[in-house]
Amino acid sequence: MEIVVCVKQVPATAEVDLVVDDSGRGIESQGLVQEMNEWDEYAIEEALLIKERLGGTVTAITMGGEGVDAVLRRCLAKGADNAIWLKDEAFEGSDAYATAKVLHAAIRGLEYDLVFTGAQSGDDNYSAVGGILAELLGLAHAQMVKKVEVGEGTLVVNRELEGGLEETLELPMPALLAIQTGLNEPRYVSIMGIRKARKKEITVKGLGDLGLTGGEVGEAGSWMKVQRVYAPPVEKEPEILTGSPEEVAGRLVEVFRSRGLI
Amino acid sequence: MAEILVLAEHRRGALRDVTYELLAKGREITDSGGLELSTIVLGSGCSGFAGELSNHADRVLVVDHPDLAEFNAEAYSKVLVGVIAERKPRLTLIGHTSCGVDLAPALAIKSGLPLATDCIDLSLDGGGLAVTRQVYGGKMNVEGVLREAEGHIATVRPATFEPGEPRGEPGEVVSLEYPAELELVTRFTGFVEPPPGEVDIADAEIIVGVGRGIKDEKNIPVVRELAEALKGELGCSRPIVDKGWLPKDRQVGSSGKTVKPKLYIASGISGSFQHVMGMKGSDLIVVVNKDSKAPLFGFADYGVVGDLFKVLPALTEKIREFKGSG
Repeated sequence: MEIVVCVKQVPATAEVDLVVDDSGRGIESQGLVQEMNEWDEYAIEEALLIKERLGGTVTAITMGGEGVDAVLRRCLAKGADNAIWLKDEAFEGSDAYATAKVLHAAIRGLEYDLVFTGAQSGDDNYSAVGGILAELLGLAHAQMVKKVEVGEGTLVVNRELEGGLEETLELPMPALLAIQTGLNEPRYVSIMGIRKARKKEITVKGLGDLGLTGGEVGEAGSWMKVQRVYAPPVEKEPEILTGSPEEVAGRLVEVFRSRGLI
Repeated sequence: MAEILVLAEHRRGALRDVTYELLAKGREITDSGGLELSTIVLGSGCSGFAGELSNHADRVLVVDHPDLAEFNAEAYSKVLVGVIAERKPRLTLIGHTSCGVDLAPALAIKSGLPLATDCIDLSLDGGGLAVTRQVYGGKMNVEGVLREAEGHIATVRPATFEPGEPRGEPGEVVSLEYPAELELVTRFTGFVEPPPGEVDIADAEIIVGVGRGIKDEKNIPVVRELAEALKGELGCSRPIVDKGWLPKDRQVGSSGKTVKPKLYIASGISGSFQHVMGMKGSDLIVVVNKDSKAPLFGFADYGVVGDLFKVLPALTEKIREFKGSG
């Protein structure tokens, strides 16, 4: 089973104050801790579990500038066999469409049975790269996948719907699956794994290597042009309770009591 | 006349709320732009939907075929690409739901039209489409413009726009042929029901919700004790279920339970829109979070910017004191 997994490095933004950068079209990245996109942790894990069951190889692929190879090293440390880094200044500013075009150019020449992406990314939140990539590659696909069973040339997958409901689908291979969180337990990276990963080679490819032109990628090749990034307006101002934990607790108890909740 | 096309979403014999929200937003845009509002429903034996939808649109397009009995992104995209090619809608609106995200990207590529996903606002902008989206877990908004094209496709975040009221004059219902040459490789085989839980938190009057801020499974008792002191139930956000720290039936949000308790206390939950959709109907919302920029504060009645490991035990203690003295 040959599996290609598209992964991405994103800034950790929980419990962090984000600041709009000078361009007004992005956020200040300095000081932000970079991590593997949460959905991709589950995607690479699912690929590794399938490989461990059925044999084959796992190839991790990412697109981005300096430093994003850390996410590939992480995949290699977890057990991926190959890593491809799509790196070119021309790729900067790519939206879901331009990103999918770059991934398509890199993947179309590879041998694969399955292509995985995360169901979404924690930064841009498009939930679209997988679906676009599948269509460009001419593959059957499913988004928000919560369970994967590999059969003889076919797949049975569960897709997450709303309200705790799931649906099952049958689709032929090769196929692209966009993986939802929670379908497995992503493994930790071992010290041994990190040591081994250091020796593995990362293949780097740029615009020319992929047979793409500048107009197809980056902002020029995107559907959407970002005009402005800003902190969302506050729709409702809560009453913020201040003071020691005991004072805050005392105030809340008064509120609960006045409403007959306790 | 040029039109805006809204995809009607339905499941198990009922139109989903997002359909009416999209129709209301679509109507707002058509009213300002001299366009007509059409909606399309794909299904099997779906004439009932057509009647209901006709009260909300100028035109209802119906594609009725056994292959369309359940949602199937492949079938939907193959039918819709033909409809879009023929009718050339100025804008096609789809819910940013599980079905919408499965369908829209493939449809955009097949149609050759630009797509914007998870929009919280949108408007026609000359030959382009101006959209507002949220990024970085709802901590930032982005305004952008989709490049000029014959038409655009957008998925719209559910529960963002108020559903519209039925109009006096029903629109026309038009049946469209199911394309004969469709060969589908993807097959829907059934639904999987959520496992029954020990309790249905949707019935609870008080829920204390726990999120990523709890850091470790061993800290869950801090929240459980508060829930018990309040005689309420424990709820949680998605990451807690993903990690296996609490069962799925405790998950509050669009992919879990929708709850409307008298009191919802969110501790260490930043507030993804999926979580917000599941709890924003609560009568009283208290949010405890270290991060003053956590999006959930925007839905709270009372906010505490602080450490849940200090605030929750203090609150548990005060409630026990109060109940002990009462």
